Amino acid sequence: MHNFSVSELIKGLKNKDFSSVELTQHYLNRINESKLNAFISVTDDVALLQAKEADLRIAKGQASLLSGIPYGHKDIFCTKGTKTSAGSKMLDSFVSPYDASLSEKFNSEGMVMLGKTNMDEFAMGSSNENSYYGPVKNPWDLNKVPGGSSGGSAAAVASRIVPFATGTDTGGSIRQPASLCGITGIKPTYGRISRYGMIAYASSLDQAGPMTQTAEDAAIILNAMSGFDIKDSTSAVKDVPDYTQTLENSLDGLKIGLPKEFFSSGLDAGVEKVIMQAIKEYELMGAKVQEISLANSVHAIPTYYIVAPCECSSNLSRFDGVRYGYRCEDPKDLDDLYLRSRSEGFGEEVKRRIMIGAYALSAGYYDAYYLKAQKVRQLISDDFKTAFKNVDVIMGPVSPTTAFDLGSVKDPVSMYLADIYTLSVNLAGLPGMSIPAGFSKNLPVGLQLIGNHWSEELLLNAAHQYQLKTDWHNSLPNEI
Amino acid sequence: MSLDNKQVRQIAYLARLSIEDADLERSTSELNNILSLMSDLSEIDTGDSEPMAHPLDMSQRLREDKVTEGNLSEEFQAIAPKTGKSHFLVPTVIE
Repeated sequence: MHNFSVSELIKGLKNKDFSSVELTQHYLNRINESKLNAFISVTDDVALLQAKEADLRIAKGQASLLSGIPYGHKDIFCTKGTKTSAGSKMLDSFVSPYDASLSEKFNSEGMVMLGKTNMDEFAMGSSNENSYYGPVKNPWDLNKVPGGSSGGSAAAVASRIVPFATGTDTGGSIRQPASLCGITGIKPTYGRISRYGMIAYASSLDQAGPMTQTAEDAAIILNAMSGFDIKDSTSAVKDVPDYTQTLENSLDGLKIGLPKEFFSSGLDAGVEKVIMQAIKEYELMGAKVQEISLANSVHAIPTYYIVAPCECSSNLSRFDGVRYGYRCEDPKDLDDLYLRSRSEGFGEEVKRRIMIGAYALSAGYYDAYYLKAQKVRQLISDDFKTAFKNVDVIMGPVSPTTAFDLGSVKDPVSMYLADIYTLSVNLAGLPGMSIPAGFSKNLPVGLQLIGNHWSEELLLNAAHQYQLKTDWHNSLPNEI
Repeated sequence: MSLDNKQVRQIAYLARLSIEDADLERSTSELNNILSLMSDLSEIDTGDSEPMAHPLDMSQRLREDKVTEGNLSEEFQAIAPKTGKSHFLVPTVIE
């Protein structure tokens, strides 16, 4: 059962090959036997209750497409009545009094939440090693990281202990773990999916998306996730197409741009070989490939690591030990309450980014750092605008390397370099995707597809066509 | 531009974070490494590029100034670390 994609599970439930309760119990067993640490909370009771309700809906003929489909929910989405930790000690005892709009949407579809997946604390990290709940292991090699920050979701889908999972992507947090774990993940255009109830890291960059086995599944789930939400003031007022309707379009004549900056000296030779092979596959399908330049994308790391920490230092000021979350023991005065609650409640990387943000926003440095970074952000975005005058899709690697060893990257700056090919997409607010494209030294390599604003249909179409011609997305780690 | 221990302590305090003496040296050097990563921004000619605060060219949507949520104070206080008489409690500020 666990090797079925979501589209196959939908058919199975419809044909009554199995019930949602059977399906849910099967996945819960797999989660409980898993040694990957992919989950922070497993919500057995909620899941079985939702599965029973879904079976009733199906029996009464009142089911919607995804009724009864189980999933893993990144622990950054508020879920009423269930702990939402964001991977932080700060929120270890936080039970949200309300649902995120996305959680609410999935509930009303009659979907089944199996639990909350592990993640880097407040989504800050590229290896999942910044979680208060310990690192997640990569199912392809238990000594390697799964990527981050949606590492729990990626490892869970790759090991088929969930049929799909939710993720969020601020600088690559869907695409990079999808690449390192060999699954499909899409970060849609900023504004496509509501951010209401999704714990904020950097609000002008954060965007949710599905992490799935196939591009077809990604289209099905994106249909269910997308749409305007009055509760999110940055939610786009824009119709959502049916993403499954364009999957079969021909790629004949598709114009692909390869940014030369994405194939520079930092790129691992094994990864580059896989990416070039995938591009050849697209040429066989009739696509035309040309080299392009995204000259300012080389500045994406300093730009992102100013903009995101500035927004994070502002967003995370809400954690004060007063209204919810962690509070230190016996504070002697108000300052002591703030200082100790925050210092004891936040992990190292989160504190580092808050401090960088506080510094970059402080009087005398604002123009040199924050304002300057925003201007460079505009240049990065303009490069994409120019590129999309000549090409339909931009392709390249997601990550410069395959999954690295747990504990091997100790220096924060080296860790930041893992995001070099993903950050500029968030800065420009564009949709980006990772699909499995092969292996280098037995570890998965993801191909990145980047589209113009609101071109999710084209990305999913291009990804699906590739998956019809190749079998990488069906490769499974040993013992799965 | 490089920070010294005293400045790092001050930045930490601005963000209401404290740094143990034993960790101060390491924090200062990590922050300086990160800031040196940012230093090449100053060399980029941004010309008359407009600062980009938001990824989409859209204006801030406003809603009607109307109450849309009921009184949820009990739910919200239920998850607070310390409350009393419908208030969030903190150490005494004014004697």
